[in-house]
Amino acid sequence: MNKATDTQQLAYIAGQAADARVNLEIETEGMTLNIGPQHPATHGTLRIIVKLDGEQVIAAEPMMGYMHRGYEKLTEVRTYPQVTALINRIDWLGSFANEVPFIQAAENLMEVEAPPRAQWIRTALFEMSRIANVVLFLGDMGVQLGAVTPVFFAFRDREFILNQIEAVTGGRFHPNFNRIGGLKDDLPKGWIEETRGVLGRIQNFCDEIETLVAGNEIFQARTRGIGIIPADMGLAYGLSGANIRSSGVDWDIRRDGGIGLVHNELDWKVWTHPDGDSYARFWVRLQEVRESCIMIEQILDGIPAGPVMAKVPRIIKVPAGESYVETENPLGVMGYYIVSQGDLTPFRVKIRSASFNNVSITPWLLKGVYVPDVVSILASLYFILGDIDR
Amino acid sequence: MTLILAEMAYWQETSIRLLVGLAAVLLPAGTLVYLFLFKMMSFMQSRLGPMEAGPYGSMQLLAEVGKFLQKEDLVPRAADRIVFKLAPFVVLISTFLLVLVIPAGPDLWFIDVDTGIFLALAVSSISVIGILMAGWASASKYSLMGALRATGQLIAYELPLVLAVVGVVIQAGTLNVQNIVMAQATGEIFGYGGIGNPFIFTQFVGFAIFLIAVQAELTQPPFDMPVAESELVTGYLTEYSGLRFLMFFIGEFATAGIFSALAATLFLGGWYVPGLDPTDGLFNVIGPAVLFAKMLLVAFLIFWFRFTYPRFREDQLQKLAWKVLIPLSLINIVITGVLKVVF
Amino acid sequence: MAIKIKIPGMIKGLGITFGTMVRTLTKGSHTVQYPHVKEAPTPRARGVIALHEENCTSCMLCARECPDWCIYIEGHKYKAPPRRPGGKPRKKNALDRFDIDYSLCMYCGICVDVCPFEALFWTPEYEYSELKISNLLHDKNQLGKWMETVPEFEDYEKGSEAKKAQVPE
Repeated sequence: MNKATDTQQLAYIAGQAADARVNLEIETEGMTLNIGPQHPATHGTLRIIVKLDGEQVIAAEPMMGYMHRGYEKLTEVRTYPQVTALINRIDWLGSFANEVPFIQAAENLMEVEAPPRAQWIRTALFEMSRIANVVLFLGDMGVQLGAVTPVFFAFRDREFILNQIEAVTGGRFHPNFNRIGGLKDDLPKGWIEETRGVLGRIQNFCDEIETLVAGNEIFQARTRGIGIIPADMGLAYGLSGANIRSSGVDWDIRRDGGIGLVHNELDWKVWTHPDGDSYARFWVRLQEVRESCIMIEQILDGIPAGPVMAKVPRIIKVPAGESYVETENPLGVMGYYIVSQGDLTPFRVKIRSASFNNVSITPWLLKGVYVPDVVSILASLYFILGDIDR
Repeated sequence: MTLILAEMAYWQETSIRLLVGLAAVLLPAGTLVYLFLFKMMSFMQSRLGPMEAGPYGSMQLLAEVGKFLQKEDLVPRAADRIVFKLAPFVVLISTFLLVLVIPAGPDLWFIDVDTGIFLALAVSSISVIGILMAGWASASKYSLMGALRATGQLIAYELPLVLAVVGVVIQAGTLNVQNIVMAQATGEIFGYGGIGNPFIFTQFVGFAIFLIAVQAELTQPPFDMPVAESELVTGYLTEYSGLRFLMFFIGEFATAGIFSALAATLFLGGWYVPGLDPTDGLFNVIGPAVLFAKMLLVAFLIFWFRFTYPRFREDQLQKLAWKVLIPLSLINIVITGVLKVVF
Repeated sequence: MAIKIKIPGMIKGLGITFGTMVRTLTKGSHTVQYPHVKEAPTPRARGVIALHEENCTSCMLCARECPDWCIYIEGHKYKAPPRRPGGKPRKKNALDRFDIDYSLCMYCGICVDVCPFEALFWTPEYEYSELKISNLLHDKNQLGKWMETVPEFEDYEKGSEAKKAQVPE
């Protein structure tokens, strides 16, 4: 345990002791408050049962499954192209990124490789879906803390990214653009130039948000030192993505183990923050959006010529075998474990989604904080309900 | 107004007073909602706001009122029905009482009491009782927490509000609101009387504290913990619907308007425009408009903060009130007192 | 050397909202007033599926591949008169029914992809909401009407080897 944990735990114990003394004098009993399943702070149907003493949380327990849609079971009765359309809906804000690890796992089994051009475009769209996802977080964090304006800025500028994704894939939310062995289609004419303009807007948005939200003294007072996740605790709970990088763990699968995507040919930086508090998580995500812009900028310069689709049979039968691929998705590490028995459909698919693990730390993290901080911590952990419940 | 009313029968006088009172509460509230909540907020967020109902959406307010009137007046089963139904009226009463003391011209006022500002600050606290009633009677945990937060917050910010006004009172030498306006109209800044002496120049600290405290009194961001949508699902308003919700809503915005008018009166010279004789009968005509314009100016500030800032946490808010604002306003009073003796 | 005064972030934040307000008032908002002004979606946008009936052989591939089975096809075989006099009569498939239930459709585009005869096309039209859910079942006449709105396929970006497809007349 490092210093931060000690302080937090000591504060909690001191608070408990003080409350115990009060409880001896005036008989008070705790209150159980259901935050959710329908609550503005849970972006969906997460339910958190908190036991309160006044405004202080004594115990918190997340209840999941209100939006369980049975994807792992559904994939067993869908052919591979149909699965791609289905798993778009897991993390619905960055849905292109959902398809990539599944398609790569299937490509591994079929022993085909997407042509270079397809890989570069895939990486560009992968990073664009990260922007589309995280930009909304940057605005939403403000809304959870009571500032109404940032989220409108986020929706405003996210629209441009979605337009660019739509111009290529045809779908704003659910692209369904990956195919085993490449991509469904090539880029339309003029797309690269338009995208450059959009990236400028996103950079501008990041500057605005940095001043409006991150630079605001009230925001800092609400997030600095709140919800500190020490690195060892985060790793023990299986946190990933920006949540663990903001605790100082320099771990990013895009750089450390990326296959199939071209991140290693680009010049970029993995951002970490030593603090591990809510502010650090916000800050790391803000920097990641900027880094994604830089990455896409380089990809647009370097897309090689060539086909976007490898030779694959028209009816896809994946040979028997097992494959696991994970990628660094907007919310964290997302992986698909496919077991195939040579049929049209997968035999079993296990989905490792980032938010499920990220939320699992809440019982530990929410102990001893105040009710307003429950909201700010949940917002900073940044989960998407579809990604928790699948 | 007093002159005209003197020749009327009691019932005529009372009904006119009632109508003017209603207008004085509802007109600012409606203007604030349309101008700031609908339009300014939208512009600050790169959108246009309501545009369909009437020219530039100006009739949207009526549509909203109509919508609220149609809704069912729900009362939770476990609620304390009488208290639950009474609470919005208590909140509105405080709003209506507040408007009494603000003069809109040399002869335009509802009541002229010698302790006008004292009365205003006293009746503004009545709304706390209404909010506590609403939160307790709702039989909902969110409402209860919201109401308790509101009570703690409003008590904490009543003090800076009063202390910020004390500076003005010392400088004007009176508690009568009309005389405070007169003191500003006839005052001089270092011997130059061209623009009178709006107390914002000498009492800037007081003005800033007053604005912050008003923001907290109105439970608007950055001090909107009692209604915090993302935490408490609008706190004490959670269980209200239809007409009663509308009354809370009107109460909130009418109070915003009246507090802005109060700030305009205390710090910006009220109905007075520089360059004219303050006893001129002309001010009985243009006074309300001038006061209204100044009120909009102050309300613009209040709403600008509202749409920009995130909210504090409850303990940070109390810290701000007791450790920063109250000492600051006490220092302000001391300095004002010393300067008053010196000059 | 100029003295650099650190402006508090709260003041700068006020500047941003005020700046946005001025920009909205002078240069217009980012939103459009929808029923009066419409934004054109990109040509690839998946709005609604159009059916080019002449190309359809009622082979049922689309109906089989549809993940939520929202395509209903019925057809029958008939003997068409021979091309040359004295030849055998040809077997042809006639399309009796081709319905897409848009209340079920999840706009994945698999049917358009798998169609081997280029009978299905995406069009960016999106204004076909209905008051009754049963009206969202578009029959083949309705789907055929959408054909008029199918845009030309776009050219490809440089470096592409994909061939541009054609929309049938």
